[in-house]
Amino acid sequence: MRNIFGVIIMGGMYSLISAILFVVLDAVDVAFTEAAVGAGISTVLFLSAFSITGKHHELQRKNHLPALLVVITTGAALIYSTLDMPAFSDPQAPIHVHVAPHYIEESYAEIGVPNLVTSVLASYRSFDTLGEVTVVFTALIAVLLLLGAIREDEQ
Amino acid sequence: MKKNPILRETSHLLIPTILLFALYVQFHGDYGPGGGFQAGVIFASAIILYALLHGVKKAEQVVSLNLAKFCAACGLLLYAGVGVFGILLGGNYLDFNVLAHDPIHGQHWGILLIELGVGLTVASVILAIFYAFTKFEK
Repeated sequence: MRNIFGVIIMGGMYSLISAILFVVLDAVDVAFTEAAVGAGISTVLFLSAFSITGKHHELQRKNHLPALLVVITTGAALIYSTLDMPAFSDPQAPIHVHVAPHYIEESYAEIGVPNLVTSVLASYRSFDTLGEVTVVFTALIAVLLLLGAIREDEQ
Repeated sequence: MKKNPILRETSHLLIPTILLFALYVQFHGDYGPGGGFQAGVIFASAIILYALLHGVKKAEQVVSLNLAKFCAACGLLLYAGVGVFGILLGGNYLDFNVLAHDPIHGQHWGILLIELGVGLTVASVILAIFYAFTKFEK
């Protein structure tokens, strides 16, 4: 597809369909985030970036061989690495025998919050979440510095 | 936007509902799906919808860029501050058990406060990034 506007809208639709897929897989919290961020905010931000840059963009029409090679190599490496993964929904997979049983069995007694996802994100792994909020805040500082919105206020 | 009465009237109906839903997701995240991050995004999207339909200038009368920057820092400070408050009460950093007499109540308080910090930061950051994009001039 050569129409950037179309690509952005397609991306939003893809996110919405992923969100439905996450609901089917019983990951409602992830679906929520995907629908709000992927389909909503990302589309708006892409469109506003497009409104700044899109008018002066010229598409390169000739084929780029090194890029194709990089994509094929990365894809092959990723597929090769999946061969080492535990079988789908294997109960003995490392991720299911480490801390997950403790969270599932004890979290209501320890935290008292019915939503397991919230108790893991906010309490057991609150350091991770603090890091994530810091990353979001840093992203704001970076965008403001790059787009010059800080300088504008000082004048 | 005067040419699009359908969009305008629909948005008048939708924006308060979206804001209310964001608050529900924020404060009901302990019991249902959701939490600070999702609530922040939904809250910001309501104001972005307003900005898209009525122009950024009118949206900035509701929440200005400076207020958004201030709130982004406040949310992060609230989160980190809850952790420091836990140290002052004799626990570890981000240990919620010491925040109240009962560990379970402490956990509830801690989760409520840090989710509020997350929601505040995420909503303000998304809004501020949106403003920064729309106000950008070459």
